[in-house]
Amino acid sequence: MTAIDPTAHLTDEQIEELGRELDAIRDEVIASRGEKDAAYIRKVISVQRKLELTSRGILLFSLFPPAWIIGTAGLSVAKIMDNMEIGHNILHGQWDWMRDPKIHSTTWEWDHVSPADQWKHSHNELHHTYTNVIGKDNDLGYGIMRVDEDQKWHPMYLAQPLWNFINACFFEYGIAAYDLELGKNLHKRRRKNPEFVARAKAVGRKIRKQVLKDYVIHPLLSGPSFLTTLAATFTANLIRNLWSHSVIMCGHFPEGVQTFERRSIRGETRGQWYLRQMMGSANISGSKAMHFMTGNLSHQIEHHLFPDLPSNRYAEVAVKVRALFEKYELDYVTGPLPKQVFSAWHKVFRLSLPNKKPKVKTPDRDKELVAA
Amino acid sequence: MTSAALRSRAWKLLELVTTPLLPSDYLDLVSPLRAGADLRGRIEAVHRETDDAATIVIRPGKGWRGHVAGQYIRIGIDVDGVRLWRAYSVTSPTSRADGRITITVKAIPDGKVSNHLVRKAKPGTVIQLDQATGEFVLPAAKPAKVLYLTAGSGITPVMGMLRDTKFADVVMVHSAPRKEDVIFRNDLHDLVADKALTLVELHTDTDGMLDIAELEKLVPDWAERETWACGPTGLLDAAEEHWAKHGVAERLHMERFRPTVVVAGEGGEVTFGKTGKTVEADGATPLLNIGEEAGVLMPSGCRMGICFGCVTPLKSGAVRDLRTGEITEASDSPTAHVLVQTCVSAAAGPCELER
Ligand SMILES: Cc1cc2nc3c(=O)[nH]c(=O)nc-3n(C[C@H](O)[C@H](O)[C@H](O)COP(=O)(O)OP(=O)(O)OC[C@H]3O[C@@H](n4cnc5c(N)ncnc54)[C@H](O)[C@@H]3O)c2cc1C
Ligand code: FES
Repeated sequence: MTAIDPTAHLTDEQIEELGRELDAIRDEVIASRGEKDAAYIRKVISVQRKLELTSRGILLFSLFPPAWIIGTAGLSVAKIMDNMEIGHNILHGQWDWMRDPKIHSTTWEWDHVSPADQWKHSHNELHHTYTNVIGKDNDLGYGIMRVDEDQKWHPMYLAQPLWNFINACFFEYGIAAYDLELGKNLHKRRRKNPEFVARAKAVGRKIRKQVLKDYVIHPLLSGPSFLTTLAATFTANLIRNLWSHSVIMCGHFPEGVQTFERRSIRGETRGQWYLRQMMGSANISGSKAMHFMTGNLSHQIEHHLFPDLPSNRYAEVAVKVRALFEKYELDYVTGPLPKQVFSAWHKVFRLSLPNKKPKVKTPDRDKELVAA
Repeated sequence: MTSAALRSRAWKLLELVTTPLLPSDYLDLVSPLRAGADLRGRIEAVHRETDDAATIVIRPGKGWRGHVAGQYIRIGIDVDGVRLWRAYSVTSPTSRADGRITITVKAIPDGKVSNHLVRKAKPGTVIQLDQATGEFVLPAAKPAKVLYLTAGSGITPVMGMLRDTKFADVVMVHSAPRKEDVIFRNDLHDLVADKALTLVELHTDTDGMLDIAELEKLVPDWAERETWACGPTGLLDAAEEHWAKHGVAERLHMERFRPTVVVAGEGGEVTFGKTGKTVEADGATPLLNIGEEAGVLMPSGCRMGICFGCVTPLKSGAVRDLRTGEITEASDSPTAHVLVQTCVSAAAGPCELER
């Protein structure tokens, strides 16, 4: 909640008109989805699999330093592709329209310790619905950080840069814990809840398989290169973690992104929902390769407006969406990766210290709605 | 350890290597038709039969178990990037030496799959396949006299039979709008020249529709013949009534390509629990189509109510059987769900399916 509401100049009617214009952009993409898009995702999946297989093959000889470097680089890219452009987007249902059971949100599993169905719940249902609503969207600070001036300060937050760094290094575990809502569920009363126990067991099984593959089987297959392959897979996981953590931080943390009060979303209309997504997300600018490696989450604003449109279409959608930001005099938050990462980290550091409560109150849409 | 047990051990080990994917996810990239893969086929050629019909030559994967003349297969093909499944009768004989199978498709107006297959399908395309199935087949003991009663694309399963099995006495009564619309016309006349077939070829544009009561004039001993009929609903309904009226219903075998839909009513909101989608449905569209349109993975088969390949648990609400109008309601028990055939059921008010 920033002191000044950057959407205050819009009337309710304008907000609904904005919603209709966004719906039209969405409909256009849906009507033109087809063979080319299907060929795109199949190609990406096929390249990823071949890259992963080749990299792991090269790592069998990781004792030899050039093999280690090439294999580790390849495996890192393969893991990033798996999680970002492929996994994240398939699990969003972006490719469900193809009706290919092998590329469907209900059947896909990814190279990640959080099982797909648990991640889908916390990400698609909670984060995407309650985007940037403090106390509802746990993606904001992952429940361990202070991300808004209005959030009460506690001495624990002094160390939040450190928490954030640790979370970045072991991001996939952070996400698994967070999908399990460990913070809440480890309470004495909830710990024995059979539903929680079942979910925790599922995570346990997934972790076991992932660890066995990356840190036991593949190193064993490498024979004399056991230790170097182990180091290589660890490094690849670390790189993937740091990368996805950075990309995701850029999506909602940079300065200029709005957060929202819980009550401001009550009775939200479609137009208002769109507006919240527009103001609550930030993009990353850069090359085609950069967009690809972020799983097109560099088009975070477009992704939040249309989470189930195929990712390869976000670039063209972005042009139209940006024009709407201009038309409605809204601030399109975007910038190159280093700048956005710095901005997000800056916020983490800044809010680790207490601040004065902002004085000006956000004009409250909810009240306006009641008054109208 | 037996070799099968060894192999399954090895496979388990491979799964540990490839998790979260399966070894087959990698093998499919290079060898989609291999033994052990999901059954697929590769289109090898497309031969034009008439203006709007074509024969598709398919090389089935290693897992293909063969067919019986008259049976159909289901194919899953991507049309504009969307996987669509349809049933087609096998038109090649079971003895075909190169192991290929053929289907013959007639493009119907606005038909998604039929038009794609007839006009756009390219050799080299990999398609999904199901094993052959269907009861519309010849008996083990050869009947003395046979009648084939067909019209339009209904000739396809019968062509599969004609090419497969020779009988001493076979009559065929086939209708098509014009001479040039008769699929397999050359093949039929070759059989006639070889004295392997007696053919009554009707062109409905000039001769008018076949009146079933006139059949006696064309084939006086029709009632003594073991008969296989396939064609549009009108012809089949008339034949069914005619054979029953003459007390020889047991001699008539029929294959329908579409269900006989009689009723529609109020629709409702349909929720697909597993996929988490809710859509509005009218009372005439099968839930199978509604789900597919919404991107839900719906199992399907014949798409006309005979194979039960589409049954899905109904978790709440009610559905209407489009063939009879009968309403089925969800049971009160939270575990024992009623199963409904989605291909012939439409929403009858709000309902939830477990997909
Ligand atoms: C057991 C079985 C065997 C079959 N064998 C063959 C075969 O050998 N050759 C062949 O060409 N077809 C065959 N069919 C029909 C085939 O499965 C498809 O229904 C047909 O090709 C139409 O599919 P489509 O996607 O083109 O039409 P759709 O896009 O599904 O339908 C378009 C429109 O046409 C209507 N329609 C659907 N089916 C038919 C039909 N059969 N006749 C007229 N209108 C229809 C629909 O109601 C809709 O309004 C068989 C069907 C069954 C059940
Ligand atoms: S698909 Fe065959 S009965 Fe429904």
